[in-house]
Amino acid sequence: MRLPEGSTVEAPHGTTIVAVTHAGGVIMAGDRRATMGNIIAQRDIEKVFPADDYSCVGIAGTAGLAIEMVRLFQVELEHYEKLEGSTMSLDGKANRLSNMIRGNLAMAMQGLAVVPLFAGYDLEKRVGRIFSYDVTGGRYEEHSFHSVGSGSVFARGALKKKYREDATEADAVRMSVDALYDAADDDSATGGPDLARRIFPVVMTVTADGLRRVPEDEVSAVVEAIVAERMTRPGG
Amino acid sequence: MSTPFYVSPEQVMRDKSDYARKGIARGRSVLVMTYADGILLCGENPNKALHKISEIYDRIAFAAVGKYNEFENLRVAGVRYADFTGYRYDRIDVTSRGLANAYAQQLGAIFTEAGKPFEVELTVAEVGPSVADDQLYRLTFDGMVQEEHGFIVMGGTADPITAVLREEHVADADLDTAVRLALKALSTPAEGAERRDIPVDAIEAAVLDRTRPRRAFKRLTAERLSTILGTTSS
Repeated sequence: MRLPEGSTVEAPHGTTIVAVTHAGGVIMAGDRRATMGNIIAQRDIEKVFPADDYSCVGIAGTAGLAIEMVRLFQVELEHYEKLEGSTMSLDGKANRLSNMIRGNLAMAMQGLAVVPLFAGYDLEKRVGRIFSYDVTGGRYEEHSFHSVGSGSVFARGALKKKYREDATEADAVRMSVDALYDAADDDSATGGPDLARRIFPVVMTVTADGLRRVPEDEVSAVVEAIVAERMTRPGG
Repeated sequence: MSTPFYVSPEQVMRDKSDYARKGIARGRSVLVMTYADGILLCGENPNKALHKISEIYDRIAFAAVGKYNEFENLRVAGVRYADFTGYRYDRIDVTSRGLANAYAQQLGAIFTEAGKPFEVELTVAEVGPSVADDQLYRLTFDGMVQEEHGFIVMGGTADPITAVLREEHVADADLDTAVRLALKALSTPAEGAERRDIPVDAIEAAVLDRTRPRRAFKRLTAERLSTILGTTSS
């Protein structure tokens, strides 16, 4: 498929994903907005997925391609686990994802890029780790925190100021949601918390005990605290 | 050129069946049985890494007896079939009936076409929302499929084990009771043989737990088994 010079395909795009490590593992959070040009294509899309029991993946870029890539990635990890009788190493998973992104290079050149963020708990090193990618499948390990998507610059700025080495899991959740708020504040393609419709960020936590999606009532409590604080100090 | 001996097809099939049956009877037995919260798969296997019991898909498990390389081959084919079908369509479209049919085709073809039949017997188990929805399929070396209810015993000397289960198996037993019954059955000696107690670390056991979300398969560790079995003596 080759598009005419200068034109792009209009397809929903995903937006801001953040990941933060803490003593016990890693947190990943994502906003809920998908945009198509200046239109909000969906306000409750989910962009953070469990990859397996010890890792998760967040997607930025063309939603349709990214969701399909995640689906295949999940199947591959489970398939390996069943055939081998053990979980794939975290580096192995990161490399596999890298390969899949490289496979999409031709589409990326047409403007349909998929750029995921991958995070998980390394069962051998016993730490939470974060991996970012570029469109060519380049794999880069990030330390402490990272974000991808159109609002990522703002989220990363917020995390740079708020991140602490000794953060607990609860602190990391708070930092992530805070960073997403800042991203939504300055990037029109990132959705802020929707209190009226009760649409909150998706937050996943991965520790030695495995992956867990933070329940909506816990996320909503964090969101409400942040929104209340921003009433007096909009800059956070 | 010498003329090959004529052997009747009946004789060929009979020889193949005898050969496969003997191979299967040589090993230790594996049993699969339903209990209140799912399906228990249990057998004697001193080998820690080479499993006789495995996960196939969300609600489906596999148990086998016979030659390891042959049933491992079938297990891998099953996982591939299930993952492929689930990816292509949807996870709920992977069924034990479909898998049992695929195995039956493969075993049947090998039995008639290959020089040597597979010396294996398989069980494909699928856990449902309630005991009544659980499905157990027994597949034999010649490609025969049988749907069974309650329990399946395969390999080794199955008769005394089957006799115990026929007597004592109840569908609504809890896990502890089911594990104890399974162990009692597995250590029942054949007529004339001496009773043999199976050490806990030589037991391979797993459950398809209907209360677990999505992937129901879970192995029972040696610690878990000793806790369950320890309660018998007290």
